[in-house]
Order: sequence, then structure tokens, then C-alpha cells
Amino acid sequence: MSSSLEKADDPTKLRRVVIDPVSRVEGHGKVTILLDEAGKVHQVRLHIVEFRGFERFIQGRPYWEVPVMVQRLCGICPVSHHLCASKALDLVVGARRLTETAEKVRRLMHYGQMLQSHALHFFHLASPDLLFGFGSDLAKRNIVGVAAAFPELAKQGIMLRKYGQEVIRITAGKRVHGTGAIPGGVNKQVTAAERDELLAPLPQVLEWARGAVKLVADLHLSHRAEYDRFGTVPSSFLSLVGEGGKLDLYDGTLRARDHAGQILFDGVDPQDYRSQIEENVRSWSYMKFPFIGSLGPDVGWYRVGPLARIQNCDFIDTPLAEEARQQFRAAFAVPENGLVHAPLAYHWARIIELLHSAEVIERLLHDDALLGDELLAKGPRAKSGVGIIEAPRGTLIHHYEVNDQDLVTECNLIVSTTHNNQAMNETIREVARQYLDGKEPTEGLLNHVEVAIRAYDPCLSCATHALGKMPLTLEFVDPSGALVERLVRDGESL
Amino acid sequence: MPAKRPLLLLAIGNPSRGDDALGPAFLERVEAEHAGAIAAGELELLTDFQLQVEHALDLVGRRRVVFVDAAVTLADPRAAFTLERAEARKDESFSSHALSPAAVLEAMRALGEPTPESWVLAIRGERFELGEGLSDAARVALSAALVAFSERLRGWRDAGAGDGA
Repeated sequence: MSSSLEKADDPTKLRRVVIDPVSRVEGHGKVTILLDEAGKVHQVRLHIVEFRGFERFIQGRPYWEVPVMVQRLCGICPVSHHLCASKALDLVVGARRLTETAEKVRRLMHYGQMLQSHALHFFHLASPDLLFGFGSDLAKRNIVGVAAAFPELAKQGIMLRKYGQEVIRITAGKRVHGTGAIPGGVNKQVTAAERDELLAPLPQVLEWARGAVKLVADLHLSHRAEYDRFGTVPSSFLSLVGEGGKLDLYDGTLRARDHAGQILFDGVDPQDYRSQIEENVRSWSYMKFPFIGSLGPDVGWYRVGPLARIQNCDFIDTPLAEEARQQFRAAFAVPENGLVHAPLAYHWARIIELLHSAEVIERLLHDDALLGDELLAKGPRAKSGVGIIEAPRGTLIHHYEVNDQDLVTECNLIVSTTHNNQAMNETIREVARQYLDGKEPTEGLLNHVEVAIRAYDPCLSCATHALGKMPLTLEFVDPSGALVERLVRDGESL
Repeated sequence: MPAKRPLLLLAIGNPSRGDDALGPAFLERVEAEHAGAIAAGELELLTDFQLQVEHALDLVGRRRVVFVDAAVTLADPRAAFTLERAEARKDESFSSHALSPAAVLEAMRALGEPTPESWVLAIRGERFELGEGLSDAARVALSAALVAFSERLRGWRDAGAGDGA
């Protein structure tokens, strides 16, 4: 299932186009495209920097510091790291089962994070492409363009994100740098007043979420021919699945399907993830390439995230999202267990999850156990623990080994974007074949590559965005490697 | 007419990425040094990893806001920090996942909200690696920036800006 455009036969004779960095994604990544004189594409690669070093950052620290420290790996999904580390370290403190209140507070925090992250991605990062067109006027193709043309939509996006952040603030203690989850449970009770504060806006939140599902479905279906084909490559899918096969973004066991929808493995305990998932490295990328061991490194790559999750599960246990999932499947007319592989369907799946998150938040807020005061559990100490959570971008794995002095001696993180590394590479190669082959690259055409990457909502790195640290350039290099032209892009022109 | 919300000091940066921590570190120093102004409701502090469009909502109803961030380059190559006015403006950050102060103000304007008087306190940083602390040069720059900010804060209060500092 992997494609040819990973390595050109003779790169020295080819022209190189660099998109650096890929915009409207988190962190720093770049795409290199090698073309011959006729514009035929010979090699396409997505390079992602800075992932190495995360594990080293954690090793040697006391385990109880870890849930707070790992939030600093990522400015976009700190809550996912916070909760995933806590889940892994629950096992180290012997809390194999949390108190009912602790689990519900954590779930509330997690679904708040899902809601705000998905809102940011759809309304502010993806909607400019979807509403105005992939090759539309660059000056308009941004959140301000959306705010000017669709002010109500832009406000909804901001308010949905704000609501998710309020959920996080109340459960984690702070909007950022929260400390709510600790090994063994949580350290903060949710009060009745806080619950009521979150309940008040929920009807509006649910209405906006339903509207977003309709919008994304309409957008996909009105561009059906292009969206179904755009960068589409078949792959396997991996995600957690909850009890009875339901969609569960906080906890469960691992399930993988092959490209035809057949189950590859199911019910795998997170502690045994290494029995199914192996990791590979390539000389040209800092990021690891995970693969399903039984399939091998060449064809064992897979996809994670919303498209994987809503197709891997058997049902969604909230009514509005389940109805939306059924409509999604009916629209694509996939057979029993069949899979949708179009990367642009990620947007639709993501918004179904946004709606599901709002429904779960509502359910939790009406559950009296949320307000309980039994916050911590413990048991016999263990030396290691694996936590797996479905973060906004996909499956997130934290694995820690802790010594008798309470220090972390080993740490392995497989973040969502790493799982999708090969998938994103395969997708942009397909987009390059479909849109770039034989054509002179323009900003509009190159944006198609970025649109494909953004569909995965990748988190390419971490939260360093000091003033002046965000170069945005497009370089054209001749076959000898000499720079022919360098364009700096701003909000209005290239 | 409702009273203006307090002056907002909005610090940006990751505390575990070397000099990217300048923003949150500055905030901590201000919190200690200007506790009285905070308690009196004249000054409000907020920190985040990076600026996003929803920060526009934090700015609504304010007379004045100061963004604080680490900076790799400053207009004056010898300066340790700069404190300059910011205006709403579309810039390259609209293509990114994180926004500049000018872009947040522009988003606010696009949403029909009046923008506050805005300043950017940019403090020079040089190392941004994960797990590093502040560099020596950044510590010196931070202290100098704190002195300048405190003077400016006094000036705003003495000028009788009233609510919203």
C-alpha cells in the first residue's frame, strides 16, 4: 500500500520545490517536492522536525511531576498529554480502577479538550480552504477572511472553543498549565455551581455543533467528485474502542482494521501495545514510522484520528452523533464493515466527534457522581505503566518505567501525528500526482498539498512561537541545488 | 456605561522551552511586584502557550492590553527589549496555527469589536530548546523589561486613565 514517490532515482538532476513551513498546522514541518524539467513529480516528502528529545525531557524526573511537565510538549493539546500521562501513572501507583468521580471528572476534561480542539481546527484552520476553495485568493483564505464573509460562523467557532476551554478550566484548575489529573485520580472536585455554569450554555453549544455537522456534510457532498478523490489512498485504521465496540475517546482497548475493513486485531490491552505496533525510522525524517507488526514496515502503516475512530467503532452511544455517523456511512454507501478512505472525510468525522463531545459533556454534567468527593484510588505499586487515550488528532501512547526512587527511567511516547506520518506522506504523494504532475507549481496548487496535510490536523511539533520564529517561505531550487527564487508569503500575497 | 475591564497583561510562551519562557516568567515577576494593583482590580494577568483567535474575547471591553513575548529579533539590534504600540493588521501569522498580537487585534476588528490600545513588550531570547531554562542574557533582559514596564504602568496610572489603567 505504500507508494513509489518516496525516493527519486537520481535526485541530483531534479528541481526542488520546498513548502516551509506547512501553514495552518501546529509546529514546524516542511514539504519537499522534486520535479524534472517537464514538471513530472519524482519525489514528495513531508519532513517533521523536533520530535526527538521529548522522551529525554521526561527521563530522570519524579513520576508525580510528569502529568504537569508533559503539557509543555504541545501548546495545542496539553490536556491530552496531561491525561495520558496520568493514565499511565495510575498503574504505577496501583490505581487500576479510578473512583467513579475521578474518572468522570477526567472524562469531562477530555471531552472539553476534544470539543475546543476540533472547533479550532474546523472553524479556523480548515474552513478557509473548504469555504473559499483550495486555490482561492490567498488574501481571503484565512480566519479573518472567514470572519468577514461568514461572521456568524467565525463567532460560533470562537465560542465553541471558549466553551471547551471553560470545561478545562473548571476540571483542570486553570485554562492552561492545569494540574487536575494526578496519578491515581484527580485533585479537584467539581462544585454544583461550576456544573451549573457549564450547563447554562450547553443548549446553544449543541445547536452550533449540529449546525457544524450539517455544514461539513453539505460542503463535502456539494464537492463530492473532488473530495472523494482528493489524495485518497487506502490504508488500515487504528483506534481505541470502548466497551461493546462503542466510540470511546478516553479509554478502551486497541482495534485495527485493514484497508478492506476486516479486523486485524481487537481487544488489545493498552499494556500490550508493543505486541501489535512496532516503530521504524527513515534516514530523511526525525519522526518515527510506526506500523502494524504482523503486516511489516512496508505495508503496515495505518491511520488514526477521527476518520479511524468513527469507522473503527460499532456505534456511538450518544443519539445525535450516532445519527450523524449513520448519515455519514449512508452518504458514502460503504458496505458492511467497508471503509471511507478519503482524507477530506476527516473533516466530517471530526465534526461528528465534536457533536459527540458536546453530548458527552451534557451527560456527565447531569451525572451526580461527577460532584462526588472520592477523588483518589491507590493499590500496590508497579514499575511501569502504559496510558492510551484518543487525543483530538488520534491515538496517543505514553509508556513509563519508574524506579524505586520514584524517578522515570524510561519513557516512550507515540503521539497521534507520528501514527499518521506515513499516511500523510502517502496522501501528499497522491495529491502531487493528481494536481502537480506536469504543471508549473503555483501557490494555489501547492496549497492543495497543505490542504491534504491539514485534513489530518497534524501537530508537527510543540509550543514555541516566539516573535520572529515563524518563517514562511517558498524556495525554488535548480537541479544543481542553487536557489533560483525565494518568496516570502504574507497575508496578502506571495 | 459599563466600567472598562482592567489592563490585561497577556504573556505568551512555553515555560519549558528555554527563553520561550520569558513571557510567563515576566508574568510571575509582575504578579509578585504588582500584587496591589492586581488586588485592586487594576491589572489582570493571563498566560498561554501561544496566541489564538479566541484571545480576541479576552480583549473585549478593555482600554489597554500589553502582550508579552520572547523575541528572536528586535528592531534595535542592541536592545534587550522593546515596548511598542501594536495595531490591528493582517500578517503572515494568519496562515499559521498561532497568531501574532496584530493578527488577534485584526480578528477582533473583523468580528466587529473595538480594539483596545495595545502594546507589545518583546523581550530578547536566544535559546528555545525543550528542557532548557532561561539563558543568562534573557534573565538580564527580563529584569530590564520589568523596570520599564513598571515605570510605564505608573505613568498610565498617574495620567489618570481611570478604570482600565
